[in-house]
Amino acid sequence: MLYRIEQRPEPSASMRIAAPIIATALTIAVGSAMFAGLGYDPVSTLQAFFITPISSLNGLSELLLKASPLILIACGLAVGFRANVWNIGAEGQLIIGAIAACGVGLFYPNPESPILLPLMFVAGAAAGMAWAAIPAFLRARLNTNEILVTLMMTYIATLFLSWLVHGPWRDPAGFNYPQTALLPAAAMFEPFDYAYRVNSSVFITVVAVVLMWLFTDRSFLGYKMKVSGAAPHAARYAGFRESSAVWTGLLAGGAAAGIAGMAEVAGPLGQLSPQISPGYGFAAIIVAFIGRLNAFGIVLGGLLMSLLFLGGETVQMNLGLSSSLTRIFQGILLFFLLATDFFIFYRFRRVPEHA
Amino acid sequence: MDLFIAIFTGTAIAATPLIFAALGELVVEKSGVLNLGIEGMMLVGAAAAFWAVIAGLPMPVAILAGALAGAAASLLFGVLALTFLTNQYAAGLALAIFGSGVSAFLGRGFGSAPIDALKRIHIPLLSDIPVIGPMFFRFDPMVYFAILMFFVISWFLYRTKSGLILRTIGESPETSHAIGYPVIRIRYLAVLFGGLMAGLAGAYLSVAYTPLWVENMTAGKGWISLALVVFATWRPLRILLGAWLFGGMTILQLQGQALGLAVPSELLSALPYLATIIVLVIISQNRQTLSLHFPASLAKPFRPAT
Amino acid sequence: MIPRLELRNITKSYPGIVANDDISMSIMPGKIHAVLGENGAGKSTLMKIIYGVAQADSGEIWCDGKRIEAHNPASSRALGIEMVYQHFALFESVTVVENIALSVSSTFDLKTLARQITHLSNRYGMPIDPHRRVLDLSVGERQRVEIVRCLLQAPKLLILDEPTSVLAPQAVGKLFETLRQLAAEGCSIVYISHKLDEVQELCDSATVLRNGKVTGSAKPKETTSLELARMMVGSKLPEMRVVPSVPSARPVLEVRGLTSPARDKYGVALKNVSFEVHGGEIVGLAGVSGNGQADLIALLSGERRHADASVVRIDGKAAGHLNASERRGLGMAFVPEERLGRGAVPPHTLWENAVLTANRRGGLVRHGMVDRGKAAGFARDIIERFKVKANGPSSSAQSLSGGNLQKFIVGREIALKPKLFLVSQPTWGVDVGAAAFIRQNILDLSRAGSAVLVVSEELDELFEICDRLLVICQGQVSPPLIRTKTNREEVGLLMTGADRGNDIEERSEVAVQN
Repeated sequence: MLYRIEQRPEPSASMRIAAPIIATALTIAVGSAMFAGLGYDPVSTLQAFFITPISSLNGLSELLLKASPLILIACGLAVGFRANVWNIGAEGQLIIGAIAACGVGLFYPNPESPILLPLMFVAGAAAGMAWAAIPAFLRARLNTNEILVTLMMTYIATLFLSWLVHGPWRDPAGFNYPQTALLPAAAMFEPFDYAYRVNSSVFITVVAVVLMWLFTDRSFLGYKMKVSGAAPHAARYAGFRESSAVWTGLLAGGAAAGIAGMAEVAGPLGQLSPQISPGYGFAAIIVAFIGRLNAFGIVLGGLLMSLLFLGGETVQMNLGLSSSLTRIFQGILLFFLLATDFFIFYRFRRVPEHA
Repeated sequence: MDLFIAIFTGTAIAATPLIFAALGELVVEKSGVLNLGIEGMMLVGAAAAFWAVIAGLPMPVAILAGALAGAAASLLFGVLALTFLTNQYAAGLALAIFGSGVSAFLGRGFGSAPIDALKRIHIPLLSDIPVIGPMFFRFDPMVYFAILMFFVISWFLYRTKSGLILRTIGESPETSHAIGYPVIRIRYLAVLFGGLMAGLAGAYLSVAYTPLWVENMTAGKGWISLALVVFATWRPLRILLGAWLFGGMTILQLQGQALGLAVPSELLSALPYLATIIVLVIISQNRQTLSLHFPASLAKPFRPAT
Repeated sequence: MIPRLELRNITKSYPGIVANDDISMSIMPGKIHAVLGENGAGKSTLMKIIYGVAQADSGEIWCDGKRIEAHNPASSRALGIEMVYQHFALFESVTVVENIALSVSSTFDLKTLARQITHLSNRYGMPIDPHRRVLDLSVGERQRVEIVRCLLQAPKLLILDEPTSVLAPQAVGKLFETLRQLAAEGCSIVYISHKLDEVQELCDSATVLRNGKVTGSAKPKETTSLELARMMVGSKLPEMRVVPSVPSARPVLEVRGLTSPARDKYGVALKNVSFEVHGGEIVGLAGVSGNGQADLIALLSGERRHADASVVRIDGKAAGHLNASERRGLGMAFVPEERLGRGAVPPHTLWENAVLTANRRGGLVRHGMVDRGKAAGFARDIIERFKVKANGPSSSAQSLSGGNLQKFIVGREIALKPKLFLVSQPTWGVDVGAAAFIRQNILDLSRAGSAVLVVSEELDELFEICDRLLVICQGQVSPPLIRTKTNREEVGLLMTGADRGNDIEERSEVAVQN
């Protein structure tokens, strides 16, 4: 008997659910093999990577703390990805959002004002959108590839942040460290419990997930963007404007990343420094794909990705392994996920020995 | 005059990794495949070559190791994009992230000490000519090799039947398949070649250009190479010119920092990225030229009908 | 005598359909053999199997007394089997000689090859310039390139798939001369067609297919058209009810002095196009493909917009500057020639595809939200009313057969009760029953008062349903002809642009002689 790969008449619903599970299992299998190859006991390493981080309340708090920006940004990015608008510069939009929010928090005349936090929220969202509006304008009006522009603007944003914290915004009382002064208390999200770092900004993410679901699954604008992504000629046939998909897609991603940046400075960070994100903007791209660009999937993907971040930190602390393992795991997981997705649309079929 | 020579030679050296990576990507894209993962392949290549040098292997072997590591990384992308028909944007991004992780992991034991860089060769007699000598005849061999690759790839693409086959697969894999060419196999070869070249570019960075190990040392050069291919509207000569332009930009910025210009160093560092955006915008205005050399099937998954 | 080609019990199935079911036939050297059948009968699949592009699930292929196993196009060519595709296997971005070099196995010497091409193409009366880029060639010229490419291999068996679908009637005669000359030199020819008159004129023998099965073999010259048609279509030939039209006083579609550059390197510039379509009538646009139909229809549908709003008026309102959705607001509906990817989004469900154009006029969107229940109901209605074979509104567009998807799209557009109905190639690749059904629905829509413009390359179809005919050639549109007062010859002449004295064929001959 021979096997042949053929297209399924209809995409398989059960494979749609099974694929991420299989991919995760394969990732863990490859991970164990990798640890074994490096001379570590795979069981205890995997435990350190995947179990230890979430076996305490603090761990769970950290899980949510990291998952929140990932899910938030992935929701924004997925809006664009559905329409084939490839914003891969969320990292830059996050940085700019954080800068704007921190600027408001530091320089607003009344540091105790109750509207300080909402103002920072608006500033973060607006700044992220403004940063994303540049590639949107270039793509919509000047036909310029948004992948490269959003990415280049991330490098520029990183350098801009570096200049700010080394120069004009450096805290004079900060022992010459490249960082700003700490934000006033009114500019910070209240933690649920001062023993843990997770704070009320997770509700922003919850709202974003619901909005994203409504937008992509129920709204006409979301429908139009889905058509633009799946069949551009059909979108033109129906009279849906391509430029509106580009603008919506990039601005949604920019706003989400900007808000995530704001929530970082107003949450766990409390100030700006040259390194404010452990790569949330890039990891969120993976989250969006793992979540298959839909809201519910993104929540799961974000939690999984957050666990990978925590796992990387834990093995670094407990076993002295490099935290770059996180990125390797992220990459492998995405590879497997993309590969297993193939079987949603294709299947093996047994064919008789060549007749 | 010395400053001019320094800028000139610095430009040629800074352009070399861009030339390798962008020429490799050109061949990949000409076959209709878009591999966004250059940055990842370059990093893997850089780490592998650096490791080989530390391990005491001779320089040519180290560079080869870099190239092969790049090719191995590209194979991951190839399997996803060509066999599993994955969205090529996603697969390329995955490779970029994965490559940066793998290289950082490999590089955790490299330390921060520089290594003995790839030696420059003084071509006898020629290198002694005043001005001309130092400008053209005192580079390391990889600089010349990059230019040789430009000629080889131009010749291959436009003067050989294999090049014609590659280009026409990039226009329409369906038609190529219908007249009997093994589209998938040829695309695999193109992707591997692209990985080889990106690996070379990375190896050049870590063993000749810098020459020390820094995490994420490519600093966006892979992405700039990708931009160069668009900038060049898929033509080899323009890749060469574009790489020199960007190399020049990098060197001017370094010289500017060295001279202590009254401009923040971050602004100077941002210049190459800013320039990439501006050039992309300018190039994108001429849709006619873009479409003339654009591989029509770029990034579209293809599976031969059975 | 050993047959040049013999097929024994070929069977091939794709998910959901049996494309070829136990097909056997044989062709002698020097004979022209027809494979006759309606669209979707399995002809193209069979040819792909002979040529080795696809592999049969079971059955045997014999060539000159030797069995061919596990072959591919390259090994077929080595055996002397050549194929001219219906949709050409040519690359537009490279020259004629480069295209041909890709499929000949000789050394890569473009100069010598170019000389051979010029020589051979002149010898068979189909001159082409080897150094022109394919994208600059007309469709007829491209077919010559395909045929010359095959002839260079001195083939023993030549397969032609619907070769006349891209030719004006006058050019068909020329092609037949070339084919007869070839057959006289000993080459066997497999001629795939659904046109009875051509098969009767050209072919020595015929195999008729229906629904993937052989339904008969015949000597076409000794068989009546009626008998052949019965074998092709089955016992019952569908009949059309044509009621005389009562055109409205005011035109619904007015096109005035529409001039526009080609949309891209594959397009054709339109020159001063003017015509009108009244309510209650069907106007047909005839023409050899690639003469500006695609550009014109895009400008009428709103997929392309025009700077001058007044060049296109819909129901009296200037519409040239509006996009497709805005024009739908004026009462336009449109069925494009590409179903998958233009008329429908392939991976989306049928109810989602209903929302594509019925969002406003079908009331499927309210307060910016898609009403899923209503969309499903709308899709279900179309499935029932237009007899679409599908597993309900949730099946994906790409899971439907071509004919069923076309019925769905036509149904969706007709359900919007358009004042103006544009339809391009309504029955391409659709089986006979479905084609008749679609045509009848178009007729009924028109008789209920809608203005209908049909773009088609099938003259038969246009003569069957249209009240008036326009002919497009090189971006220019002829004055209207009344269907009952014209004939194929007149339309054919207009299609070649012969009356304007700037014939493409003549130009290329001059180019070659220089």
